Amino acid sequence: MALIHETDYGTPSRAAETLVTLEIDGQPVTVPAGSSVMRAAVAAGVQVPKLCATDSVEAFGSCRLCLVEVEGRRGTPASCTMLAEPGMKVRTSSPKLSKLRRGMMELYISDHPLDCLTCGANGNCELQDMAGVVGLREVRYGYDGENHFKENVKDNSNPYFSFEPAKCIVCSRCVRACEEVQGTFALTIQGRGFESKVSAGGKPFLDSECVSCGACVQACPTATLIEKSVLVKGQGEHTVLTTCAYCGVGCSFKAEMQGTEVVRMVPFKDGKANHGHSCVKGRFSWGYATHKDRITKPMIRAKITDQWREVTWEEAISHTASEFQRIQAKYGRDSIGGITSSRCTNEETYLVQKLIRAAFGNNNTDTCARVCHSPTGYGLKTTFGTSAGTQDFDSVEQADVIMIIGANPTDAHPVFASQMKRRLREGAKLIIADPRRIDLVKSPHVEAQYHLPLKPGTNVALINALAHVVVTEGLLAEEYIKERCDMPAFELWRKFVSEERNSPEAMEAATGVPAADLRGAARLYATGGNGAIYYGLGVTEHSQGSTMVMGMANLAMATGNIGRVGVGVNPLRGQNNVQGACDMGSFPHEYSGYRHVSDDSTRHLFEGAWGVSLQSEPGLRINNMIDAAIEGTFRGIYIQGEDVAQSDPNTQHITAGLTAMECVVVQDLFLNETAMYAHVFLPGASFLEKDGTFTNAERRISRVRKAIAPMAGMGDWEITQALSNAMGYPMNYTHPSEIMAEIARLTPTFAGVTYEKIDELGSIQWPCNEKAPEGTPVMHIGGFVRGKGNFVITEFIPTDERVTGRFPLILTTGRILTQYNVGAQTARTENNVWHPEDILEIHPLDAEDRGINEGDLVSLTSRAGDTTLKARISERMQPGVVYTTFHHMFTGANVVTTEFADWATGCPEYKVTAVQVALARKISSWQEHYQETRRITTQIAK
Amino acid sequence: MVHTANQIALNFASYPHEQAVANVTNHLMSFWEPRMKKQLHEYVAKGGVGLHELVIEAEKRLK
Repeated sequence: MALIHETDYGTPSRAAETLVTLEIDGQPVTVPAGSSVMRAAVAAGVQVPKLCATDSVEAFGSCRLCLVEVEGRRGTPASCTMLAEPGMKVRTSSPKLSKLRRGMMELYISDHPLDCLTCGANGNCELQDMAGVVGLREVRYGYDGENHFKENVKDNSNPYFSFEPAKCIVCSRCVRACEEVQGTFALTIQGRGFESKVSAGGKPFLDSECVSCGACVQACPTATLIEKSVLVKGQGEHTVLTTCAYCGVGCSFKAEMQGTEVVRMVPFKDGKANHGHSCVKGRFSWGYATHKDRITKPMIRAKITDQWREVTWEEAISHTASEFQRIQAKYGRDSIGGITSSRCTNEETYLVQKLIRAAFGNNNTDTCARVCHSPTGYGLKTTFGTSAGTQDFDSVEQADVIMIIGANPTDAHPVFASQMKRRLREGAKLIIADPRRIDLVKSPHVEAQYHLPLKPGTNVALINALAHVVVTEGLLAEEYIKERCDMPAFELWRKFVSEERNSPEAMEAATGVPAADLRGAARLYATGGNGAIYYGLGVTEHSQGSTMVMGMANLAMATGNIGRVGVGVNPLRGQNNVQGACDMGSFPHEYSGYRHVSDDSTRHLFEGAWGVSLQSEPGLRINNMIDAAIEGTFRGIYIQGEDVAQSDPNTQHITAGLTAMECVVVQDLFLNETAMYAHVFLPGASFLEKDGTFTNAERRISRVRKAIAPMAGMGDWEITQALSNAMGYPMNYTHPSEIMAEIARLTPTFAGVTYEKIDELGSIQWPCNEKAPEGTPVMHIGGFVRGKGNFVITEFIPTDERVTGRFPLILTTGRILTQYNVGAQTARTENNVWHPEDILEIHPLDAEDRGINEGDLVSLTSRAGDTTLKARISERMQPGVVYTTFHHMFTGANVVTTEFADWATGCPEYKVTAVQVALARKISSWQEHYQETRRITTQIAK
Repeated sequence: MVHTANQIALNFASYPHEQAVANVTNHLMSFWEPRMKKQLHEYVAKGGVGLHELVIEAEKRLK
C-alpha cells in the first residue's frame, strides 16, 4: 500500500441534520449546517491554501492564507472561520487573493530557516507545500531583519520527539491539539507579538505536563515538532494499516515504512475507535519489537536449571508433541492444557483453544481475561444476555452523566479518556467512584461533580446504596422496566435493595462515603439525562467482581440507561484483545460465541466441523491448573503470549505450580518470567509481524496487518498449527483469513464477518450477521439479547481479606500511563524515562507514622510474601490505602497479592490485599532469590 | 475448596432457599471441572466440615 495521506478538510465535521447548499468556484456542494466554507470547498474538491487550520481542531483564523471572496460581500474573509450559508457563492482564487496569499507567505518565510533539503520534514512540510501552492518566488523582506531562526535552541528532552522553536510559525495548531484533541492543556503560547512562542509551561517537554500523546507532533505543519525516528530515518515510503497492540481501545494506526523498517506509527484518522488520536504507547512505544532481547530461535531444555539449547523448529515442535503425549499417556488425557492471550489475535486464540479441545482432547483452556475481565463476561451475560459492553466509544459524545467506577482512563485508556474529557468540557456531568483521587477528579477544565472515595473492597455496598436511593426515592424507570425486564426478578431485587441495611446511611460505615454525597450521585445518575457507566479492573478484580458487574447492570436497567446511544454499561478492557480472546472460546466452559460446552447442539456442531468427539464438562481455569499441578494431576501446559509468573497473584504459588509440571511450553517474544520455569521456548511474533484481527472493548473487529515478516520465521498461528499436526490432529490453514472463515461458520455473532468486509468497512462491531450485516454499534436496542433483562440480588459480602494489627493497610494495584501490564513491551522502550520502577504511593499520615520519607526504600509485606520498592508520599491516596503498579519484574508486586478471588469466575482480588509497610534497609529475600533464579534459568548455551 | 464453594453459596444465599440451591448447583455444574466436583463429593462424604448448607444441598444434586 502506498503512503496514505488522509484528506485534511481544514475544520472539523459537523453532524447537523440540516444541510446547506452553496457554490464553490461555480460548483454546487451540500454540507451539514455549521460546516466552514473551507470544509465545503474540500468537499467540492478544492483545496484552499491554509496553514493554521487542520480538521482535528476548531478554526483559528490566524494565518490569513485561506482568504476567499464571496459574491455580494466586501472583503476577503477567512474560509476557515466563515460558515457555509445557503446560496453563498464563493471564489477561492483570483489575482487579488493570490497577491494577498503570496504576501502572507513572504512574511512567514522571512522568519523561517531555508534548510529545506536537510530538514526532517522535507517531503512532508505544509509550509513548503503552501509556498509552492501560492507561487512564492521571492521574499522581498530578506533575511537580515529580526527573526527567530537564528536562535536555534532545540528541546530534545522528550525521548520520542524534538521541539525546534526556530522552525515554528506560531500557528497554534500544537497548542490547540493539546487542548482540544488530547485535553491536557500542557502547551501555551508564551509572550505577545513578535515574542510569541510555543511553550510547555516554560519547562522542557520532559518536565512539563505533556503526556507525549503525539497530537502536537501530528498537528505541526512544519518540522518544529517532529518524531526523532523521522529525523534519523527520513520519511516513510509506504503504509501498512494496522491496529495497536496495547490497551482495549484498539487504535487504528498507519505504520509508515521504509522497506521492512518502521519509520513511525501515526494514528489513522479514519480509525473508528480513535479518530486519528493516540497515546504515548501506541504512537511511540513500539521499539520493543526489534529489541535485542527478542528470542528468534526455538529452544528446549530438560530441566529449568539447564541452559537453553537452540534447536530447529522441527525439533522443538516434535519434542513438545512427544512430551505432551508422554504426559497424557502417563497421567491421563486431562493432565495437560493451555492458555491463550489477549495480546494475540482472534485467529491465534481460536486456534489455541481448538488445539486444546480437539488435539489435547480436553477443555483445559483459559485466557488471561481470567485475571482481568472474566467477571464482566459472567455479569453482563447473566443480566443482559451477552458477555460484552453495550456501546461504541462514540456513544460517550451523547452521554449527559458519566459514572466512572474503578477505572483510571487517563492512564489506562488514554485515547478514550480524551474523547470523554471532550464531552465533559461540553458540559456532561461526572461521578467517580474510586479509592484514589484519579486525575479525572480534577484536571484542567474537568471536575467531577461527585468523587465517592470508597474503601477498597466495598464496591457492592456502594452500588446497592446507589440503587437503594433510586428505588426508595421514586427514581425508577417504571415503564422501561415493565416493558423490558423480567418482573419477578425485578420485584425480588427491589425488595432487597429497598431494605434499610442497603441505604447510603447504613452503608457509610462500610464504604466510607458520606451518605449525602452518595444520594446526590444517585439522583444525578438517575435524573441527569443519558447516564453512562464506564468501569475497569477496580470493579472486576475483587472477591465480588461479578456481583459488582451485575449491580451496575441492575442500576442501569432500573434507570432505563441501556439500549440507546449515550448510555450503557461499558467495560474498559485492559488489553487490546481481551474481548476477542473471550469471544473465541478461550474459557474452559464455553465455545466461541459464549456457548456452554454442555450444550449438546453446540458441541455437536463443533464435533461435526472438527471431526472429533469433544468433552461436555468444563475444563480447568488457570488458577485450577496451578492448583492441580501442585496436587499432581496436571503436568504440562502450552502458554501463548501470557506471563503468569508475573501477572498472576501470589507469585510463589504460581511458580510452585509451574515447577511441579514436567513440560511447560512458553510461546512469546522474550524470555519472560514464566519462561524461567519452561522446558520449551517457541519464539512468537510481535503485532508488526502478524496478520489477523483484534476485537476491542466496543466489540470492534479490526485488522492487524503484517508490516514485516515474523522474525523467528513462523507466525504464532503457524506454530500452533504445527504443534497440532505433530500431536496427530491435522490443521491445514494457509492464511489467518481461513481461520476467520471457520469462526464465522461456527459462531452466530460472527456469521457475517470476513476479511473482505472488514477491509470494505474499516472495522466491524459484532454481532455481525443476517440481522446486522454491517455490525452492531449499540446493543440491546428494543430488547435484551437474553429476552427480558435480569435483575440479580447483589448481597454485599465483605472480603475475607481484612486488615489486622499485623497488616493494617490495604494495598491496591493498577497501571500507569507510560507502562503496560507486565512491562514486556514498554519496559523495553524509552518509556522507562518516565517510570523506571514501580513505586509505592502512600498517604502522608501513614508515611509519617512509619517514619517514611519520599524516595525511601520500603518493605511491602502481606501474608503471601514481601518485596521492597521506593515510596512516594501522595495525597491521591486515602489514609489506610497504599497503591503500586506491577510493571517491573524485579518489584514483584504479585509476590504480595493473595489467592482470594471472585466467587463466580476466579478473577483474583488484586485490588484488596492487607499489608504492612516499613522502612527497609535492603531488598527482600524474594528479590534476592529472584535475581539468582533468573540468572540461572535464562542462560542460553553458546 | 471449602472457601471457594462457600463464597458461591454466600452470593446466592439471599435468594429464596430453593432458588438458592438451584443457583449453587447450576454454578458448580457450569464452571467446576470434574476433578473439582470429585473433590467436593469426597469432602462431603467425609462429613463436609465447614461447608455452607447450600453447598451441601447442591452437592447432592450434582452428577
